[in-house]
Amino acid sequence: MSYIEVNHITKSFKVAKKKSGLKESFKSFFKRDYKIVEAVKDISFSIEKGEIVGYIGPNGAGKSTTIKILSGILTPDSGKCKVGKHTPWQDRKEYVKKIGVVFGQRSQLWWDIPAEDTFDLLKDIYDIPEERYLKTKEELVEKLNLKDIINVPVRQLSLGQRMRCEIAASLLHEPEILFLDEPTIGLDAISKQLVRDFIKRINKEKKTTIILTTHDMSDIDALAKRIILIGKGQVLYDGSLQKLKNNYANKKYISVNTKDAINIRTKGVLKKEKTKYGYSFIIDSKQLNISEFLNIISKKVQIEDVEIDNENLDNMIVNLYEDLKI
Amino acid sequence: MRAYLSYFKLRFITHLQYRAAAWAGIATQVFFGFVYIMVYIAFYESGSASLPMELPQLITYIWLNQALLSLVNLFYKDQELFSLVKTGNIVYELARPKNLYFMWYFKIIGERLSKVVLRAIPFIIFLIFLPEPYKISLPASTGHFILFLSTMTAGTLLMTSIIALYPIITMHTLNEKGVVGIIISISDIFSGLVVPIPFFPKFLQTISKCMPFQYVSDLPFRIYVGNIGIEQGIEGLLIQLIWIIILMLLGYILMQKSLKKVVVQGG
Repeated sequence: MSYIEVNHITKSFKVAKKKSGLKESFKSFFKRDYKIVEAVKDISFSIEKGEIVGYIGPNGAGKSTTIKILSGILTPDSGKCKVGKHTPWQDRKEYVKKIGVVFGQRSQLWWDIPAEDTFDLLKDIYDIPEERYLKTKEELVEKLNLKDIINVPVRQLSLGQRMRCEIAASLLHEPEILFLDEPTIGLDAISKQLVRDFIKRINKEKKTTIILTTHDMSDIDALAKRIILIGKGQVLYDGSLQKLKNNYANKKYISVNTKDAINIRTKGVLKKEKTKYGYSFIIDSKQLNISEFLNIISKKVQIEDVEIDNENLDNMIVNLYEDLKI
Repeated sequence: MRAYLSYFKLRFITHLQYRAAAWAGIATQVFFGFVYIMVYIAFYESGSASLPMELPQLITYIWLNQALLSLVNLFYKDQELFSLVKTGNIVYELARPKNLYFMWYFKIIGERLSKVVLRAIPFIIFLIFLPEPYKISLPASTGHFILFLSTMTAGTLLMTSIIALYPIITMHTLNEKGVVGIIISISDIFSGLVVPIPFFPKFLQTISKCMPFQYVSDLPFRIYVGNIGIEQGIEGLLIQLIWIIILMLLGYILMQKSLKKVVVQGG
């Protein structure tokens, strides 16, 4: 039995439906139409202790809903879920002591006062013993580089600084599981790097199980070996990132610098475009491998320079979404 | 318990920062105090029917009312709690291993006490130096004063039980204007903050007795000025306690019910 077991979870919401316009508004005053939106339908997966799992999918796929069910905030309509020995929404109070959550689009820090005051509050909320609290806090301050920002009122912090404090706040009680819902949203490259390195480090040092949702594929690339892809409320892919890459990484981007004209009509060349210094091609490496391709063109023209790029993860996901029609 | 007190403390500290708001509040309350008193003096001087309170009693009542308004008024909407509900930030509160109702309860008390501490103390000092007939008088007796302090404490808890209902109702309606607005209008009138309860017509006084609102501040203020005797005051204290239990239970149950079907919108 795995650490986290999710079995056939379903959750739907009732949403009031109203067309725009005065007449429709007037009508809906007397009679409301409701629409049932199935945010999550029949989702199952399991996660082992100490794993980092990337939970991805397009907007509205049900990612956040799943996270909220797993963190005990929402009650699903049907299905079972066990984390350790707890059912999240049933023994919420006991269960949430063991988890930490970061919702990238929201804030748990008190706006008008320094983050450290919020930390002190969290110490009391989670009944953390004084010594352990000081030790954990010191550790987090050092690892996340918070020393200079923890005493400043939160409203004066930049987004990146705030997010680092948010993450620290979620880890003060040393949770076994950390849910990160878009933790790098809106961050610059350096802050992103810092956050990612930190996440990796606590996973390694404390064996914290991490479930991460994001739209930033470089986050996934840097952190997660395993991904769960969901769309329209269902699991579409569950497995290693590498395998997914292998399936979709057959597109190669090749740019050739040359002064000569190239005419190539071989099968496998998906796209040809004239650029400033030569041409750029997209080829399907399953039909035409790179050395063959280079062979063909080097016979015809004088090549000055060649650059070969793999499909990036973002494009792969776009292709995947298209293939799965989500 | 420590966690809840910690909430109280943090809220208290946060709101002690708003000094300008406190001074503006004091100025407004002084102004309204004088207006009310002048109107009542004119009313008393025309001296027609028998009046339910003596003038010095009434003046003291009005000043207590103004000095403690930031603590006892029921038209207060805790914007932070409403925005938690409306924006979905409630998710963080739900991810804590504590009871949400009591977290909110202590947040409300913390904020209200911080406001009154900033305002009431300078206000009362000011009142002591006022000339007759505007001066605030001392409590009717030591016994009355002790009873005033106890009913005031219970009144604060009662106020919090009422105010805590507003965001809980908002969890159902998703807007703090409709239902909460109606409750606020009714509570404002029947709390005695506009016109003291003894000036109400008899039938309205009977209706008022069936509601919790007059027990928040009207009861302690009238005990202070001696308009209500010790025995009747103790009876009032018991009624306060019963209302506190009823309203807290109501809030607690309503909240548990809505948490079961909570929907967090927008990501």
